[in-house]
Formats: sequence, C-alpha cells, structure tokens
Amino acid sequence: MTAGLWTHWILPGIWITIQLTVYSAALATLVAFGIGIARTHHSRVVRFLAGFYTEVFRGTSALVLMFWLFFVMPGLFGWALVPMWAAVLALGLSYGAYGAEVVRGALNAVAPAQREAGVALSFTPWQRMRLVLLPQAVPEMIPPFNNLLIELLKGTALVSLLGVADTSFAAYLVRLATQESVEIYSVTLVVYFVIAFVLTRGMRVLERRTKAGVGITAGAAGAGGAR
Amino acid sequence: MNHWDWSAVTDFMPTFWDGLLVTLQVLVLGSLLSFTLGLVWAIGYRGPRWVRWPVNAVTEFIRNTPLLVQLFFFYFVLPEWGVQASALTTGTLAIGLHYSTYTAQVYRAGIDAVPAGQWEAATALSLPVPRTWFAVILPQAIRRIVPALGNYVISMLKDTPLLMAIGVLEMLQQARLASAQTFQYAEPLTVVGVAFILIAYPASLLMRALERRLVR
Repeated sequence: MTAGLWTHWILPGIWITIQLTVYSAALATLVAFGIGIARTHHSRVVRFLAGFYTEVFRGTSALVLMFWLFFVMPGLFGWALVPMWAAVLALGLSYGAYGAEVVRGALNAVAPAQREAGVALSFTPWQRMRLVLLPQAVPEMIPPFNNLLIELLKGTALVSLLGVADTSFAAYLVRLATQESVEIYSVTLVVYFVIAFVLTRGMRVLERRTKAGVGITAGAAGAGGAR
Repeated sequence: MNHWDWSAVTDFMPTFWDGLLVTLQVLVLGSLLSFTLGLVWAIGYRGPRWVRWPVNAVTEFIRNTPLLVQLFFFYFVLPEWGVQASALTTGTLAIGLHYSTYTAQVYRAGIDAVPAGQWEAATALSLPVPRTWFAVILPQAIRRIVPALGNYVISMLKDTPLLMAIGVLEMLQQARLASAQTFQYAEPLTVVGVAFILIAYPASLLMRALERRLVR
C-alpha cells in the first residue's frame, strides 16, 4: 500500500466514520431519551405512540431504512437528502429506538419510593425527572449504551453502500487499486476495532463519573461493558 | 413517479418471494452455524488459559468489527486462499461466524448462571466431562439461553440485507434490481421494509412470551 492511498482515501475515510458515529450517536441519544421518557408518560396515547415508534424502527433493518430514506423520500416527498445525512438519520432513528428501550428500562428500575418522594416534595413532573429519576437512572444506562454505540459504529460501515467515502468505501477502492485484499481488509478491521476499543474505554470513564455523581463509588462499577 | 403505484407492487411480488426464500435460507443456516460455533467458543472460554486467551481475543475482535467489512474480507480473500464458494455460501458463513460471537456470550451467561454445586456434584459422581456438559450443565442453562438466542436470530434477520453487498439475491437486492429496471424505487423498497417489520415484530413478541415463561 502506498502512502498516497493512505492520505487520500483511508485517513479521510476514518475521519468520515468518526463523524458519522458522532452525529448518529447524538441523534440516537436525543431520540432515545425523548422516546424512552415518553414511554413512562402517564397518558396512554403518548405511551402508545412512543411504543409504536420503537416497534417500527426496531423491527426494520437499518440498511433497508437507509435505502428507503435515500431512494424513496425524494420521489414521494420531493426533497432529497445528501447520502451522509440519510445515513445519519437512518442510524440515529433506528439505534435511538433501541436506546429508548434502555432508557425506559433504567427509569423503571429506579426505586418507586424515589418518585413518591418527589411527589411528596411537590416537585413538578419535569423536576422529578431531571433532579430525581434521571441522575439515578443514567449510570445504569451506560453499559447497555456502550453496546449500542459499538453496534452503531459497526452500522456506519453500511453508508459505503450509498457511496459515502467512509473507511469501508476506502477499503473497497484501495482493493481495486492494489488487488491486495488480505492486507487492506485486515487493516480496515483493525481500524474499526481500535475505534471500538477507544469508545468502550471512554464509556467506562463516563460510567465512573456519573456513578460518582450520585454517590456510588468505583467498587461496584467493574461489571460494565459485559453483555 | 411521485405517486404510489400498486401495479409496481404486484410486478415486484414474484421476485420478492424469491428474495424472501433466500433471506430465510441464510437466516436458518446462519443461525445453526452461529448456535454450534458459539457453543464451541463458550466451552473454549472455560478451557485452560492457552485456549481461553486466543478464543477471547478472536471473538472480541469479530464482535467489535463491522459485519459488512467481514463479508468483503471473506468474499475477496477466500478465493485467494483457493476456497471457491458462492456469494450465498460466503455470506452465510460470514453472518454465522459474526453472530457466533454473540451467541457465545449468551451461552457463557447461561452456563455461569448454573450454580457451582452442580459442577461439584458432577465431579463427586465422577461423571466424565462430556456427560457433565450434556447431562448436567447444558439442560439447566438452556432455559436462559433459548430466549436470548431467539433475540439474536431476529437481529440476524435484520442484518441479512448486508449480503446484497456481495451480490446475494436476498430481499433488498431483489428490490434494488426491480427498481433499477422500472425506475420505481418507492414500491419495492417499501414492500421490503414492511416485510421486515411483519416478520420481526411477531417474532419479538414470541421471544418476550418465551422469556416470561422460561426465565425465572
């Protein structure tokens, strides 16, 4: 592999992969908290709509959704998305649906007495959520969120099928240029593994921080990351 | 082209069924491969250090890298190693291998949940190792394992469209070919998207019911 292929394709490809991961993760987090909190709402209609969203987006394949957003949206609604944003939207919406289940589970796992204490102190529902429930639920969400983040990172490889020049796309081009399949695909796999490793480490730190924030010390934090 | 055209749906249906058949074929064979290979990994996790360490490293690596890149790896590299396999076979092998690293975790968790006293009892009765595994440990672990494996089968279903990247004629690839011929993108892709929901949603309901019954 020559240096030119590295600087022209692979390094920019890695950068695109990182950008995709960050943007989709941001959107997914937003969706996860929005839908996840809506699933604990007292109104049945809100709960049903949020549940419907999760079932639809968890039910379909991220790749099919991506193709749908990219090829069908322009025809049906008359506005087109750049491949990169179609990808971010597809990944964010579907992994957000998985994340919503995590948020709901963690909120439901907070001891009921905590919510009742919030009611007794006549907090508004929003204050209860922000000051009592979320600070205790968030540390519990981080290990499953880490798993989802790794899945999301792996999902970003799908964008190469829409022609976005990410790491996988670069690998494809380099293979065409050099015919050295073993080398380039091994390098690509290692690149993804390193990114995943760094993300996992980062999430461990975040878990410790958020746990310390509600007074749980490091001893109990060891089990994070295991599926 | 801006309007929904039912005749495009009817035109697509024959090839859709062909695609569905291929998808299900990949799913069944891939699942069987991942169930067996995952069990091999899980037993490896409990082996001596020189087995455990490499098994851990390999499965962690496969689990943390994209299936799509692995598909390309096998698709391009296997012929170089002198293994001639069709895209369908390569794809099934790759997806089975990828998911075996998840099923291995499921087996591991299921096996770890069997109380230590069961292992000790098997030792006290001086049962041979294979009998300890197949007559004592696995039958008890299976209650936790089955629903979790089912959930991974559903995930695998949703990953089968990736095989279109190496030219396997599953549902999504059939939709792509159909729309390339007629320039009607909306109908085939929507049919495929809805098909995934129609298969995955009842399947996940079934798994949740199973989980409630089996996991105590």
